[in-house]
Amino acid sequence: MARRKLSEFAEARSGDKGDGSNVGVFVRTQADYDLIRRVLTSERVKRHFAGICKGEVERYEAPNLLALNFILHDSLGGGGSESLRTDAQGKTHGMALLQMEIDVP
Amino acid sequence: MRDRLLIANGQGFWGDSILGPVRLVREGPIDYLALDYLAEVTMSIMQKLKSRNPQAGYATDFVKLLDRILPEAHDKGIKIVANAGGVNPRACLGAVVDLARKKGCKGLKVGIIEGDDVLPRLDELLASGEPLRNMDDGRSLSTIRQRILSANVYIGAPAVAQCLAAGADIVIGGRITDPALVSGPLLFEFGWTTTDYDRLAAATIAGHIVECGAQCTGGNSTRWQSIGGWANIGYPIVDARPDGTFWITKHAGTGGVVDRSSIVHQLLYEMGDPRRYLGPDCTADFTSAIVTEDGTDRVKVSGVKGGPPTGTYKVSISWSNGHKAIGQLVVAGPDAVAKAKLCASIVFDRLALDGVTFADDQKTVELLGTGVCHAGIVAPCEPPEVVLRIGVKDPDQKKVDRFGMEIVPLVTSGPPGVTGFAGGRPKASEIVSYWPALLGKDKVATTVHVETV
Repeated sequence: MARRKLSEFAEARSGDKGDGSNVGVFVRTQADYDLIRRVLTSERVKRHFAGICKGEVERYEAPNLLALNFILHDSLGGGGSESLRTDAQGKTHGMALLQMEIDVP
Repeated sequence: MRDRLLIANGQGFWGDSILGPVRLVREGPIDYLALDYLAEVTMSIMQKLKSRNPQAGYATDFVKLLDRILPEAHDKGIKIVANAGGVNPRACLGAVVDLARKKGCKGLKVGIIEGDDVLPRLDELLASGEPLRNMDDGRSLSTIRQRILSANVYIGAPAVAQCLAAGADIVIGGRITDPALVSGPLLFEFGWTTTDYDRLAAATIAGHIVECGAQCTGGNSTRWQSIGGWANIGYPIVDARPDGTFWITKHAGTGGVVDRSSIVHQLLYEMGDPRRYLGPDCTADFTSAIVTEDGTDRVKVSGVKGGPPTGTYKVSISWSNGHKAIGQLVVAGPDAVAKAKLCASIVFDRLALDGVTFADDQKTVELLGTGVCHAGIVAPCEPPEVVLRIGVKDPDQKKVDRFGMEIVPLVTSGPPGVTGFAGGRPKASEIVSYWPALLGKDKVATTVHVETV
C-alpha cells in the first residue's frame, strides 16, 4: 500500500449551499474515478471535515464528469451574512478536501 | 432563424472586473453580452437604497459599464441582457436611456422586465394561502413578517425572450436567474418552445457554466500553476446551436484556459443533486452532459437531457436578523499565537466587567495564519505573526457597538507586538438573512416594456 494525497491527481471546486457547502471533486481517468468512488465515502469525508462540518455529509455521483459532489451540511457557521467565519461561503473547502491522504494499492 | 449564436458573460457578480465585458465587446465577435449583478443579499441593499431615494435600487455599475461600451456595442449589433434592474428596473431604464441619448445611440431599444418583485404583494400572497415557508427549516413567513427587507421571484428564460421579441437591444431585469441570461436569448433566437426541455436544460447548463465569468476560464482553478495570462484572462463565450449543442470558448489572444478541467470545475460549482438541477423553466440533468475538448480553448457540451420544471417559482426573501461586528489586528511574534489568544480573552473579559456578554455561538475568534480555513485538517503551527480576527453578533446593536470599542485599547493595554489596526473601531452592521421559499407559478405574472432612444 502506498499513500497518495488527493491533490496529486484530483481537482476540486467548492461553494455555498445555504448553511452548508458543496465540494465537487473530479479526476482525469476512469481508474482514478473508481478509486475515489470507493474511498471517498460520505463517512470518510465527514471525518476529514470534523473540525469544519457539524452536520451530515451527502454524496452524489456524476460519472460523466468523473466527479463526486459532496454537500457538507452546517459547515459555514450559519451561512450567508449570519456567519462570523472568514470562509463563510466554503470557498476553501475544495482545497481542504484535496489535502486528504488515501491508501492506494 | 439563426443557426448559431455567440453569448458571452462579462460579469459574474456585482463587483466583478469592468475589464471583462469591455474586452468581450472590443476583442472579438459576440452576439449577446450577458451580465449578472445580483446575489441574494444584493436585493436587500437595493431595497434600502430605494426606500431612501425612489430613483435608486439598481446596479449603478451597469450604467458605468454602458458608458464604456456604448456606442460600440450598439454599432456592432451586440444585444445586452442584464439583471441590473435590481428592485427598480424603471429607474435603471431611465438612466440607461439618458446615457444612450448622450452617446448618440439613436434608435436603440431598451426593455425592462417587471413582476419579479413581490415585496408589495406579500400580505396578499399570504392571505391567498401561499405560506412562503422557509425551504430549509419549514418556518412560517409570519414569524419574520415585520423584518422582511426584500422579496423577489427568480424568473426564467420566457420573460427574457418576451422582452427580446418586443424589440429590445438591451434587456434589463430584476431577479432573472443567472442561467436565464443565456437561455433567454437562445429560447428567442432559435425559436424553441417552452416545452423543449432537453434544449432548455442544455441552455441552463451553458448559462450555469458561464454565470461566474472567468471562473470557467481558469479562474479559481486547482491547476492555477499551469495557467497563464491572468491579467488579461478571457471571459467565457457560449457558441450555441439550435439543437442544444454548445461549445464554451473565449476570444483568441486572451489569457486563462478553456479545457475539460476548467469546465468541469465550474459545472460542479454550487451543485446539489447533479441529476436534478431545478430552475424555473426546466429540470436539468448534469449527469447527461458529454464534455469533450474540441480544439484549443474550446470545449463541446452535448447530449444534455432535461425534464419539466416544478409548479412553483423559488422566491428570494431577505430579512433583518440582528447585528454583527468583526475586528482584526496583527499580533507579531515571538509567541504570536499565545499573545493573540490572550488578546481575545482580554476583550471578552473586559466586556464582562462592563456587563456585556455574548454566548459562545454568538462570537468568533480566529487566528488567521494558523490554518483557520482548514481547521482540523492542516497541522497547527507557530507562525512568526498572526492576524487576530474577532467578532460578535447579537440582536442588540448597542451591545455589538460596545464590543467594537474594546479592540483598539489592546495596543497599549495588552501584550507587546500588537499592531496593524488601521480600520478604526468596527461598527455594528446589519445581518441580512436569506429566506428561500416557493410560490405557485399562477401567482406571478411578468410584463415587459420597451423604450426607443
